Amino acid sequence: MSKKLLLEKAHVEGIKHYDVYRREGGYKSVEKALKTLSPDTVVEEVKKSGLRGRGGAGFPTGMKWSFIAKPEGVPRHLVCNADESEPGTFKDRYLMEFLPHLLIEGLIVSSFALGSNDTYIYIRGEYAWIVDILEQAIEEAKTNGWLGKNILGTGFNCNIHVQRGAGAYICGEETALIESLEGKRGNPRIKPPFPAIKGLWERPTVVNNVETLAAIVPIINMGGEEYAKIGVGRSTGTKLISACGNINKPGVYEIDMTISVEEFIYSDEYCGGIANGKRLKACIPGGSSVPILPANLLLKTAKGETRYMNYESLSDGGFATGSMMGSGGFIVLDEDQCIVKHTYTLARFYHHESCGQCSPCREGTIWLDKLLYKLEHGQGKLSDIDLLWDVQRKIEGNTICPLGDAAAWPVAAAIRHFRDEFEWHVNNPKESQIKNFGLAHYANPIQPITA
Amino acid sequence: MKFNEQQLTEFNRLVARYPEGKQKSALLPVLHLAQNSFGGWLSTETMNYVAELLNITPIEVYEVATFYSMYNLKPVGKHVFEVCQTGPCMINGSDNIINYIKEKLGIEVGETTPDGMFTLKTVECLGACGYAPMMQMGKFYKEHLTKEKVDTIIEECKQNAALNN
Ligand SMILES: Cc1cc2nc3c(=O)[nH]c(=O)nc-3n(C[C@H](O)[C@H](O)[C@H](O)COP(=O)(O)O)c2cc1C
Ligand code: SF4
Ligand code: FES
Repeated sequence: MSKKLLLEKAHVEGIKHYDVYRREGGYKSVEKALKTLSPDTVVEEVKKSGLRGRGGAGFPTGMKWSFIAKPEGVPRHLVCNADESEPGTFKDRYLMEFLPHLLIEGLIVSSFALGSNDTYIYIRGEYAWIVDILEQAIEEAKTNGWLGKNILGTGFNCNIHVQRGAGAYICGEETALIESLEGKRGNPRIKPPFPAIKGLWERPTVVNNVETLAAIVPIINMGGEEYAKIGVGRSTGTKLISACGNINKPGVYEIDMTISVEEFIYSDEYCGGIANGKRLKACIPGGSSVPILPANLLLKTAKGETRYMNYESLSDGGFATGSMMGSGGFIVLDEDQCIVKHTYTLARFYHHESCGQCSPCREGTIWLDKLLYKLEHGQGKLSDIDLLWDVQRKIEGNTICPLGDAAAWPVAAAIRHFRDEFEWHVNNPKESQIKNFGLAHYANPIQPITA
Repeated sequence: MKFNEQQLTEFNRLVARYPEGKQKSALLPVLHLAQNSFGGWLSTETMNYVAELLNITPIEVYEVATFYSMYNLKPVGKHVFEVCQTGPCMINGSDNIINYIKEKLGIEVGETTPDGMFTLKTVECLGACGYAPMMQMGKFYKEHLTKEKVDTIIEECKQNAALNN
């Protein structure tokens, strides 16, 4: 069993409510931080923990916090990124729905560390019912003295506000999120200045993911050094993985980053194997933006070593033969899935979500969408595959924000690893409309291990 | 067109969350409130009213209303089915669900039934990939959709309409 730090209490009856949460040891980290630590020592503990941002980029959280500017007399803000819109990702939702107080607790300690008296949770507009859950938890926390003025008599004031977005993936990008919080279109800003210097209303701002902020609770409770002992190398602590696709047990799992990809897919503790007795074809291990891997490169690295569920191992081999941990959105495809079609739905997604500020992204995502539509519907030419490759190359690295890269990478990886499937679509336009390419040589079928 | 007392209370609560002079920050939540209060969509009149309330120019409201996918810029049916069609849902049969709803309601994606009861839309990933196929209906998600489940949902909507008459 993996050690659980976040979801340990997820199944306790009534844990959504304050009384139960408190009885189970909730809000201890707030007591510890506010009464016995200074804001700077909290930042130090987070640095020691080795915690890396759980929103996708994996940037060390303690270091990010230490960058926040502290000009005299200017308020600072912590913003919680609950925009969760990366296809395959639904872990933040799980945390907020089932353990709202864990997030609130983490937010109070983090606000204390950063000196944020007004902290905002920016939540994707579609999670409308979760807004109610969070607002209720905030009310309960306030009633019990954990929020508001002079918390625990320490002189620290803090309020948390929940703001709903309105349907735009790009608002998950931190500067677009800030624009949206200011009541504008979600157009990412050109950096620098970084939010740590000029963020919300031009004030120093830190934006962190829901899971990152929840992880602050165990870090403060157990101490940064203890937290860093869990996991391996620079992948410390635990990570939530939302698993979906053709598996027996889709859902949200907390792992300690020492287990292998094979164990994660096949053991009954996690995904429970491929659904309907099918074989594994491919997997996107970290949300739709990261490179897709065929089964053989997923379970073992190109060097033939076991691949593990952590930042380093998943990216072993770079983009040529590896992928990324990303947001932890684990999408599994079985032998019956069509890579061309799946890639097409992702290209359509990025086309839909491009904010339109930069030409390479705005125009490029239209091209990716159209070319993949043609290929999927048996209207493509062989030269379209090269064109597709060319277009994605021209988007990557040429845009204001990383959405451009996020649109380019899945297409690049699909062509890199599954080019013969694309060619088969072109050469068999009729057949490809009624049947799928199948497994071909991508998978190196292995015997499922039983837990 | 004006918010009633209860809606005004909610409006004031939303604006109070931001510092003095930053009331524009409340625009997204206020547009949600306006859409819910005035027939499920944002007419020019509604948007102008929101601009007036927040003391910003109408163009600032139009800019935002046209950017975000959850704001309806034309009238929609009483029940809006927003079916997710992105990769993970597609793998789990969202195409079949969309086709079934089209057939059952006799409308295409983006259309509303003649009686104004149902609108069908497709949307991109709503963060329910592990519970696919799924759709959003108003404030809530309907997950693990099957044809039978779609039948039940449509039946329930119709019965509610009958009760309200
Ligand atoms: C297009 C795009 C979408 C993003 N969406 C999200 C998101 O939904 N949630 C999130 O936490 N981070 C998202 N990010 C990453 C954020 O920009 C930012 O790195 C993150 O919120 C930082 O928090 P962390 O360090 O705790 O991970 C996105 C980035 C990009 C470029
Ligand atoms: S890369 Fe795309 S989403 Fe990002 S700023 Fe440019 S156009 Fe907008
Ligand atoms: S792909 Fe449909 S909810 Fe994520």
